[in-house]
Amino acid sequence: MARKKIREYDSKRILKEHLKKLAGIEIGIKSAQVTEETDFNKLVEQEPWLTSTRLVVKPDMLFGKRGKSGLVALNLDLAGVESFVKERLGKEVEMSGTKGPITTFIVEPFVPHKDEYYLSIVSDRLGVDISFSECGGIDIEENWDKVKSIFVPTEQTTLTNELCAPLVATLPLEVRTKIEQFIQAVFTVFCDLDFTLLEMNPFTIVDGTPYPLDMRGELDDTALFKNFQKWGNVEFPLPFGRTMSPAEEKIHRMDEKTGASLKLTILNPKGRIWTMVAGGGASVIYSDTVGDLGFANELGNYAEYSGAPNEEETLHFARALIDCCTANPDGRRRALVVGGGIANFTDVAATFSGIIRAFREKQSQLKAARVQIYVRRGGPNYQRGLAKMRELGTEIGIPIEVYGPEASMTGICKSAIDYISIAA
Amino acid sequence: MATGQLFSRSTQALFYNYKQSPVQRMLDFDFLCGRETPSVAGVINPGSDGFQKLFFGQEEIAIPVHGSILSACKLHPTADVFINFASFRSAYASSMEALKQPTIRVIAIIAEGVPEADAKRLIAYARANNKVVIGPATVGGIQAGAFKIGDTAGTLDNIIHCKLYRPGSVGFVSKSGGMSNEMYNVLARVTDGLYEGIAIGGDVYPGSTLSDHVLRFNNIPQIKMIVVLGELGGRDEYSLVDALKQGKVSKPVVAWVSGTCATLFKSEVQFGHAGAKSGGDEESAQTKNKALADAGAIVPTSFEGLEATIKATYDSLVEKKVITPVKDFVPPTVPEDLNAAIKSGKVRAPTHIVSTICDDRGEEPTYAGVPMSTIIEKDYGVGDVISLLWFKRSLPRYCTKFIEMCILLCADHGPAVSGAHNSIVTARAGKDLVSCLVSGLLTIGPRFGGAIDDAARYFKDAHDKKLSPYEFVESMKKKGIRVPGIGHRIKSRDNRDKRVELLQKYARTHFPNVKYMEYAVTVETYTLTKANNLVLNVDGCIGSLFLDLLSSCQMFTAQEITEIIEIGYLNGLFVLARSIGLIGHTFDQKRLKQPLYRHPWEDVLYTKYT
Repeated sequence: MARKKIREYDSKRILKEHLKKLAGIEIGIKSAQVTEETDFNKLVEQEPWLTSTRLVVKPDMLFGKRGKSGLVALNLDLAGVESFVKERLGKEVEMSGTKGPITTFIVEPFVPHKDEYYLSIVSDRLGVDISFSECGGIDIEENWDKVKSIFVPTEQTTLTNELCAPLVATLPLEVRTKIEQFIQAVFTVFCDLDFTLLEMNPFTIVDGTPYPLDMRGELDDTALFKNFQKWGNVEFPLPFGRTMSPAEEKIHRMDEKTGASLKLTILNPKGRIWTMVAGGGASVIYSDTVGDLGFANELGNYAEYSGAPNEEETLHFARALIDCCTANPDGRRRALVVGGGIANFTDVAATFSGIIRAFREKQSQLKAARVQIYVRRGGPNYQRGLAKMRELGTEIGIPIEVYGPEASMTGICKSAIDYISIAA
Repeated sequence: MATGQLFSRSTQALFYNYKQSPVQRMLDFDFLCGRETPSVAGVINPGSDGFQKLFFGQEEIAIPVHGSILSACKLHPTADVFINFASFRSAYASSMEALKQPTIRVIAIIAEGVPEADAKRLIAYARANNKVVIGPATVGGIQAGAFKIGDTAGTLDNIIHCKLYRPGSVGFVSKSGGMSNEMYNVLARVTDGLYEGIAIGGDVYPGSTLSDHVLRFNNIPQIKMIVVLGELGGRDEYSLVDALKQGKVSKPVVAWVSGTCATLFKSEVQFGHAGAKSGGDEESAQTKNKALADAGAIVPTSFEGLEATIKATYDSLVEKKVITPVKDFVPPTVPEDLNAAIKSGKVRAPTHIVSTICDDRGEEPTYAGVPMSTIIEKDYGVGDVISLLWFKRSLPRYCTKFIEMCILLCADHGPAVSGAHNSIVTARAGKDLVSCLVSGLLTIGPRFGGAIDDAARYFKDAHDKKLSPYEFVESMKKKGIRVPGIGHRIKSRDNRDKRVELLQKYARTHFPNVKYMEYAVTVETYTLTKANNLVLNVDGCIGSLFLDLLSSCQMFTAQEITEIIEIGYLNGLFVLARSIGLIGHTFDQKRLKQPLYRHPWEDVLYTKYT
């Protein structure tokens, strides 16, 4: 299970469609998405309300506090929206210490309103937490003492009036039932569509019906297999500020397609210690160890493969990683750590064969970048895998230090550091 | 059993969704530990019943296979562990059904990628009903010398190396299955070994948590110290912190939370495990390590220091006589699997079947070395495929076209001939397609359809011995054999068989040489002097022309040609061709819903004369 943030546009699209399907509640929200590719003429054809209403525009980039950061423009006409977008599209902003370009906006009708309610539903180990406040909006944190919360245990599949009561008890009678029904319906959508987080801050009431003004959502992407129709064409964008190099993107795409796990994150393109580690647990520990030994600044990447990838997959994975590790040779020494714990069932020789092919292919690159390779691995058929690695070293004339389960798992990190620390 | 004890030397499991290798590994472990009963009581494979043959030491045993969870639980009421190897799609449904069985106490879910909401429902049910869920996304766990889940602890060599065939004094729990195995090695190096190890899985909400198992271990008298390997992300370690603070854990706990590197990453990173995400400060490895240390756990300064910390803790327990190191013994030798031994080059075994015409092991199947894609892209015909699979070579197109013409011509010969008649009668008896087809095919032999083969044999023999048509025909007559390939019921000198004419014309135009066919024509010229209907028929024509094809295309040795004729290739051609017609007759009868055929009495001569 992995929780993935989705755009406000998708959150609202999914909520609107399924509130109607599951609870018969029709909310009047309309949204349009604007990116670099958007042709405003075509957009107006699809969303004619854009020319007939006053509009709101804001970045749809998985970060909050947009109002406080002056990134929300209210009560514009379409031309105003266009120029707002034009001024900011592709421009870098800094949000809570993370920098990144704005690539996606959401445009909606401007809704003058008085009431601002807050609603959040968050999944937890034993159930979900639902919080509600009559004092929502950008000052929610200042008004946190007015937020009421309930806990709904997993066994509870519908949100009964009794459970809901503490949230809505103090609401005026004329809106209490509406809001209670709305919270119950949103809870149903939350459960049915495998949301792990859903927040509206604020929603208001338009024509007697709740109307989300600002919304964020997170889906559990492992539930894709049962929800792909219900979710529609949902996008799982990268966290704000995280851009992918072509190599990272390539591995990311492979990871999405395969049943195995393949992860690559570049930390420092000029780093001189690179890792390619088998296993979700072990890979983290290798990175930790390089940091513990005081060489975090030289750590090039985080990389992990597991779940028995096939030879083709490890080949592509290793190719991409070697390209990063050997980019722009500067005459200084580099080390590549091919690490791993002692596998339970993964055939070590089989996973190594793809990596070995990549080393053979890219031997001149490795030599040019003065890369020395350090291998440590155990598990089924490891003797054969390690022997093949040793043979490869002799064959291609690149020093490869090879260790099995008799050596400590992270010992090769020290060896790698010793090697790159030699001045010559 | 002590409270919290999940497994013993007599624990038996039901294994859902049969996979040979993990089950065999469990049984090998059992044998190594000297267990009397196998740890797998039964296998559940939805929709199938029977048994699976597996090894228990040197002997083969039959493990029952059941079609449903319910029936398996009824038949094995003492099996209280359910090991679920279902996919992430179906893991929830099968796990929930298993949890609902009163006999099941513990369930291990191996699948990676089980939706969070599904896991939560399992957690809720297990809590309410006092059951234990290990996983999802785990390799499982092991109680040394007693019971092992699936692939846990890897190969037998590793199990022996880590002394997992007998219990030690350490309880271990971690998220990662791979790291568990690594740590079993570490524990074998610096302590008297593992008592029990559990990998809870790397998900956001594992079915049971680190602290659940630590509290269990605290109740098990044989466990003297506990080692915990946590990970950044989530708040699981804090329930352990709380338990430590509340004094619920009396045994020494050595703990390390990995993921201190996360601070190096500029934006949020998803590590290998789904639950391992650099989230808020509370969920960071640094904060969790500090909290654990503050609560009284023994926390090293880095993962590298973990081994030394475990050793120091263990040594002090030995010194205090809390631990009396267990006596070692040599476990029995488990015979190596033939496949593993072959793979490692230790033994060799002869094969029992040879195949030379095709190969389906590579990227795509090949016929005589020609990949399937070439066959489609290069527009090969049935004749070309026959050429590859029967003759193991690519014959020139004029040859394969001839083969196709023969198939077209022999595909059917009306409903009244033996083969078609049999198929029709069988179809009308309500039998299936294959029965109808073979009942027709079974009539093919010396009297029906066998003439092509014979014609080729006799013509070849006569031609090669340079017998004149007179000598050939008369010698056959002396032996009392009709010349095969000569003679027709209707056709005659003045009313030639159109099919024969077409084949002859084709061969004369395309074949480099038609000497056998010319020989057959001279034989025909002679037989026609005897009777008007002793013409070269289609069997004789195909038989003689096939000899010409084989001898004139320069692709066969004389020996090969003799072999082809001897082992019945031409009969094969007829069988293949006529199958088309027989299938047609079968479908025809079925479509027409023809009733059972009964031969009329009046058409049978009833007589006592023999």
